[in-house]
Amino acid sequence: MNVPANLKYTNSDEWLFIDGKVATLGVTDYAQDQLSDVVFVEVTVEKGDSIKKNDHVATIESVKAAADVNVPVSGKVLEVNESLPNTPELVNSDPFGKAWMIKFELTDPSELDNLMDAKAYTDYCSTRGH
Amino acid sequence: MFIPHTPSETEEMLKSIGVKSLEDLFTDVPKKYRFPKLDLPAGITEMEAAGELNDYSSSNESAKDLLCFLGAGAYHHYIPAGVDNLLRRGEFYTAYTPYQPEIAQGTLQAIFEFQTLIANLTGMDVSNASHYDGATATAEAGVMAYHHFRGKRPGIILSSAVHPQYREVLCSYLCGYENINIQTIGEDFNVPGNPDDLAAHINKETALVVVQYPDFFGRIFDLTSLAEKVHEEGALLAVVTNPIALGLIKPPGAMGADIVVGEGQPLGIPLSYGGPYLGFFATKKEFVRKIAGRLVGETTDASGKRGYVLTLTAREQHIRRDKATSNICTNQGLLALAATIYLSLVGKSGLKQAANLCYQKAHYAAEILNFIPGFSVLSDAPFFHEFILKCPVPVEEINTHLLEHDILGGYDLGKDCPALTNHMLVCVTEMNSKDDIDYLASVLQEVAHD
Repeated sequence: MNVPANLKYTNSDEWLFIDGKVATLGVTDYAQDQLSDVVFVEVTVEKGDSIKKNDHVATIESVKAAADVNVPVSGKVLEVNESLPNTPELVNSDPFGKAWMIKFELTDPSELDNLMDAKAYTDYCSTRGH
Repeated sequence: MFIPHTPSETEEMLKSIGVKSLEDLFTDVPKKYRFPKLDLPAGITEMEAAGELNDYSSSNESAKDLLCFLGAGAYHHYIPAGVDNLLRRGEFYTAYTPYQPEIAQGTLQAIFEFQTLIANLTGMDVSNASHYDGATATAEAGVMAYHHFRGKRPGIILSSAVHPQYREVLCSYLCGYENINIQTIGEDFNVPGNPDDLAAHINKETALVVVQYPDFFGRIFDLTSLAEKVHEEGALLAVVTNPIALGLIKPPGAMGADIVVGEGQPLGIPLSYGGPYLGFFATKKEFVRKIAGRLVGETTDASGKRGYVLTLTAREQHIRRDKATSNICTNQGLLALAATIYLSLVGKSGLKQAANLCYQKAHYAAEILNFIPGFSVLSDAPFFHEFILKCPVPVEEINTHLLEHDILGGYDLGKDCPALTNHMLVCVTEMNSKDDIDYLASVLQEVAHD
């Protein structure tokens, strides 16, 4: 299971890449593996939207489940991955790269303290059943 | 009745939901109603029961005994014998929901064909496996539109020329939604206006505009300019339609409809007592993940052979849970099958012929009824097989008189539109012969002279 060291993680399997005040959000390798073949992705926020911690920002549908993607920190949406809905399989093949979902500006960086680092997330995943 | 839970399992379940005893689950039911005394007569034999039921049923007069000129949402059409014959085959008649595709290919293929026929007939990309009836299908259009805009557009515009019961059902479904604003346009008019009247009410708060085609009063309007206006404002257009009419007139899909719904009862399903009927729901490909109901898809099995399955099931609430947009995950399988058999038997040309017969006979009827002193046909638009007949006396009186002559008269429009008191909605189908229509005219003549 791939868990890049430079990212932050949630216990609901979202990852964040922080670059100054800009964050990028996606779902992890663990998530795509659990979901199995992803057939549909819908990002439910738009550029300019204000998002609050725990807001629903996207929905992923696989052959066996529909899962919500929630943003773990607050911000303002800068960019949405427009091509992802056309190629949902990228969530399976490149979850940390081309399958990024939204880029947003952080409005409360202190909220990042609640997230796990790579090691904590790896430990967390090992305690979970499948 | 066998209940598989052990007492300790029952206790564990009660504890987990925070309830002390089974009795406590019924606190909402007042004590005096919990075990009502049922005043049932003693049991009787099958022979006696059959006799009793026979007596009840023979005290009814149906479209089989009366000349039927009543429409308003449920229509008397000919049902080819082949429909019932195939429908009653045990493999179809007793088949359950096709959750296990490996043993349900017959059912699944039939539903797939139904979906295809409906999509073709309505001019849309995709159809679901059906709903309970036209009214609930219309309500589901409202639900879908609301969720499509994520509640940001709380407005629904209903034409008053949509079936009043369908409007009521849509309101029942949606009245609890946050900020919902359902407006019915045209109720004050003497005769409900035409679809373009709705344009002035459409704005950026509107999620959905709903019209009927042919409308409740039988009239046909070109919906193209309305569709354009609806789309200009970024809203969706739902059209409630009659499948027989589509054998003759332009499909809503060709005029810009986003959703097409309606009642499939005219397709090989008897009138019965108002049901069971068949709702259909068709839409554009881009909305397929937002629609309610079952969807059957065509695919290939592990050996590469064509097969059918229930698909896109992640829309439904047993997978999506509370995020599902509707709680409907069923369909009217047997009735969808009846409609499919009907359409297959009559074919494209047969459907067109049936529609044409309805059209021609209705226009003949309108012509001769218009001539009867005291009666006049309101015609401000082309119509399909229903028209408004202005009457010299209350409709109830006329229908009582007609019934004495074994004629089932038209719908009393005064019930739904006070401005149309003493107006009757007359329906004529291929089941009415010229003689039937002439007879109706002669009986109505008597009323004029009373």
